Amino acid sequence: MYAQLVKSDALKSREDMSPEERAFQDRVDNGEKIEPKEWMPEGYRKTLIRQIGQHAHSEIVGQLPEGNWITRAPTLERKAILLAKVQDEAGHGLYLYSAAETLGVSRDELLEKLHSGNMKYSSIFNYPTLNWADMGAVGWLVDGAAIMNQVPLQRTSYGPYSRAMIRICKEESFHQRQGYSIMMKMAFGTPEQKEMAQDALNRFWYPALMMFGPSDKDSVHSAQSMAWKIKMNTNDELRQKFVNETVPQAEYLGLTVPDENLAWNEDKQGYDFSEPDWSEFFEVIKGNGPCNRERLGARVKAWEDGAWFRDGLNAYADKAAARRQAASVAAE
Amino acid sequence: MTKKEWPLWEVFIRGQHGLNHRHVGSLHAPDAEMAINHARDVYTRRKEGVSIWVVPSRDITASSPSEKGPLFDPAESKTYRHPTFFDIPDEVGKM
Ligand SMILES: [Fe+2]
Ligand SMILES: [Fe+2]
Ligand SMILES: [Fe+2]
Repeated sequence: MYAQLVKSDALKSREDMSPEERAFQDRVDNGEKIEPKEWMPEGYRKTLIRQIGQHAHSEIVGQLPEGNWITRAPTLERKAILLAKVQDEAGHGLYLYSAAETLGVSRDELLEKLHSGNMKYSSIFNYPTLNWADMGAVGWLVDGAAIMNQVPLQRTSYGPYSRAMIRICKEESFHQRQGYSIMMKMAFGTPEQKEMAQDALNRFWYPALMMFGPSDKDSVHSAQSMAWKIKMNTNDELRQKFVNETVPQAEYLGLTVPDENLAWNEDKQGYDFSEPDWSEFFEVIKGNGPCNRERLGARVKAWEDGAWFRDGLNAYADKAAARRQAASVAAE
Repeated sequence: MTKKEWPLWEVFIRGQHGLNHRHVGSLHAPDAEMAINHARDVYTRRKEGVSIWVVPSRDITASSPSEKGPLFDPAESKTYRHPTFFDIPDEVGKM
């Protein structure tokens, strides 16, 4: 999802575990939280760094498609709301970088890996936001899909990650509801507005479904992550849940989900629906989506343009500390 | 390009008057004043607090997980430290 393709180890059987690993697995199975300085398998630590890092990067890069519309919001109120939403996403990124840092990686290292293309962020943010209706679709569908994945992650085994998720979940509902409220305004507005809302749904539906990652039959390494409780549900489970909750919301808006195969299945008590185009997904992940270069370019530029500012504040802090030091020596 | 990372700070927030400051997370900032400013933006966007403390993370001394036993186990056998250890007859009334 926000971490769609996290490389992980193959599932280790109990017999193959060392006594330490077995004791660790027992703690996880008992629902105990693992805290930073405690012993953990190296694979657990590495997988978590990748996953939390990817998640953090997604929050930060995720600000760009919406940031694009802050200055063009239709009213001052909508502008203030969108600004607050985008600011929350910055906060989410920061909570998550802090959680990753407790595993022995620095934030600058993670950023360096993002900027050099060695770490990924969610594929969804490589799609463009073409008009104001897209702000509705993003909040409703993208934050909606994020919530599906983040709510169960509040129970993840790693303490700092779990606590970051709890904070994030408290804020996400606002994001989804502000998006849906934009969709209502558009869908119940003029025919042109309704058409824009439909067009936004058409463009964001399948990319939103891709957020949950590849189909379970192609997602190789999730068993170990599930045993470690750093992944709580399979990709397909979450995708199904998302479709089940979202279709009635589209119906309320009088909009059509762009899927001819969409149908209620009484037996499974859920909708049947078409899979997204997975070849498109893998292309976007590889860097060939419509906005990959623009998004990463904007991040790198922001980082480089901010260097003088970060250095300046460091220099000021060093000088002030030296001044305090000198004053206290003089006073003695 | 800059190589020196802003140091890490631990953030503590008093949620309401009368409550303790509670650890809420950490952040990077060049100095204490900026750490408070950042903490305001990162951790109190919805009036989560009335007061903020920031402490350089490197100044925190933590007990080690391996000391858990020697530190905390001795309290286990001292159940008489709890009022429920003592049976007081109902006739005595509320105590
Ligand atoms: Fe977020
Ligand atoms: Fe988000
Ligand atoms: Fe969000």
